[in-house]
Amino acid sequence: MSPQNSRPTPLTDVHERLGASFTDFGGWWMPLRYGSDVAEHRAVREAAGIFDLSHMGEVSVTGPEAGAFLDYALVGRLSAIEVGKAKYSLLCNESGGVIDDLITYRRAEDDFLVVPNAANTPAALAALRERTTTATGRVFDVTIADRTAATALIAVQGPGAEAILLDVVDPESAEAVSRLRYYAITDVVVRAGGGELPVQLARTGYTGEDGFELFVDVDSDPHAAERLWEVLEEAGSAHGLVPCGLAARDSLRLEAGMPLHGHELSEQIDPFSAGLGGVVALKTKESFVGREALAAIKENGPARRLVGLASDTKRAARPGYTVLHDGTPVGEVTSGAPSPTLGHAVALAFVAPEHAEAGTELDVDLRGRPSPFRVVQLPFYQRER
Amino acid sequence: MSAIDKVNQDYRYSAEHEWVDSASPARIGLSQIAVDALGDVVYVDLPEAGTTVTAGEVCGEVESTKSVSEIYSPVTGTVVEVNDAVADDPALLNSDPYGQAWLLAVDVESEGDLLSPEEYAAAQEEAE
Repeated sequence: MSPQNSRPTPLTDVHERLGASFTDFGGWWMPLRYGSDVAEHRAVREAAGIFDLSHMGEVSVTGPEAGAFLDYALVGRLSAIEVGKAKYSLLCNESGGVIDDLITYRRAEDDFLVVPNAANTPAALAALRERTTTATGRVFDVTIADRTAATALIAVQGPGAEAILLDVVDPESAEAVSRLRYYAITDVVVRAGGGELPVQLARTGYTGEDGFELFVDVDSDPHAAERLWEVLEEAGSAHGLVPCGLAARDSLRLEAGMPLHGHELSEQIDPFSAGLGGVVALKTKESFVGREALAAIKENGPARRLVGLASDTKRAARPGYTVLHDGTPVGEVTSGAPSPTLGHAVALAFVAPEHAEAGTELDVDLRGRPSPFRVVQLPFYQRER
Repeated sequence: MSAIDKVNQDYRYSAEHEWVDSASPARIGLSQIAVDALGDVVYVDLPEAGTTVTAGEVCGEVESTKSVSEIYSPVTGTVVEVNDAVADDPALLNSDPYGQAWLLAVDVESEGDLLSPEEYAAAQEEAE
């Protein structure tokens, strides 16, 4: 049973049956690990892992002006996404701070699916709804619907992910799976428990590996998520698939150098500081929320920069620890862990721009003991393609 | 698994999750409840032999992929032996916290407030 103030997902019973340790994350009762989080991490790098991501938000944005509306509400040019493709973007406030980072999928000409982070879904929804009317009074012809509670999301990540998907889909969907490119989405039919299960299949992820995210409607069929999980687990056993919790998800995304909102991104952090200036479409869009502030930050250069730090030992730099140069504070760690793949500690940190170059030797104050770290290129880990 | 199943019946415990055996010098270690909460242990920092430790005070730290915890000495005395095996292979703490992953052997002068296995398990059930 989940505590009263944490929401269960449609898969909470499955996780309990698998013996998971749970934690509250973004208001949801989520599996932290099932056994060893390092073993779960390695399974994703070497074989495959299955994750319950039903805590993520799902917001449907539809209507003849859906593309134009998203161009105004987000910093990217979402109207340029081809049908069946996806784009990573940011929802910024007027000061250029990041309310949330999210992936937007275009399912049809006038039908977009926006996926905010769990904890940020209420704020993202509120901002999107508010922005249907612009500062100058233009009203977009668009409908926004929160589909979070009606949708379960399961990820299958790792080099074995495609083979597992091919084992569970209807033969007629097989070609769509093989053909699906990175950052693309398609409809497939999964054969589950003698019946057919319609799934929206995206080739996206947060692990640095090849992999898929499967959106399934639990409104019309409350057990659809359990059936999907079970058929994937069963097919996956031949491919080394293991259930993975949020601990592995966090260490995987850190190795892949991917930001986590609340750590590397927040309403107080702008995209340029976080190394995401490339997703801000200042050149191709004349009007969007935060444009003036973001243009000024780009012009003046950010006051700090997100860098990767690596050490020679496993002693991790944790969020909030101070980064030092010759004993003087020059920045702060936002995420850090011993990297299971690399065998030494890695961290993300904001530092003053003059200390951001790869190769710079810095120290991190590990609970009173300054320990050497070196600025390295991100990502820490990149899979072979 | 309930808390009592994670408690070794032969040891006594501090409220901070350290166990002590009844030998002399006494071995001390971390309970399985503590280790399970930490996750995969990747680093253990222990005092050297000859160091004086004080009951209820920090004598080392243990680091997992997700967090860092301090180790509180359950007894006052002098460290006579440090388990180098667990420093070399911290994963022993996950696999055998009550056996191979003992941390220190201490020549005990006095004990801190120690709990019986039943009292320790009951305190953990309450905390859950």
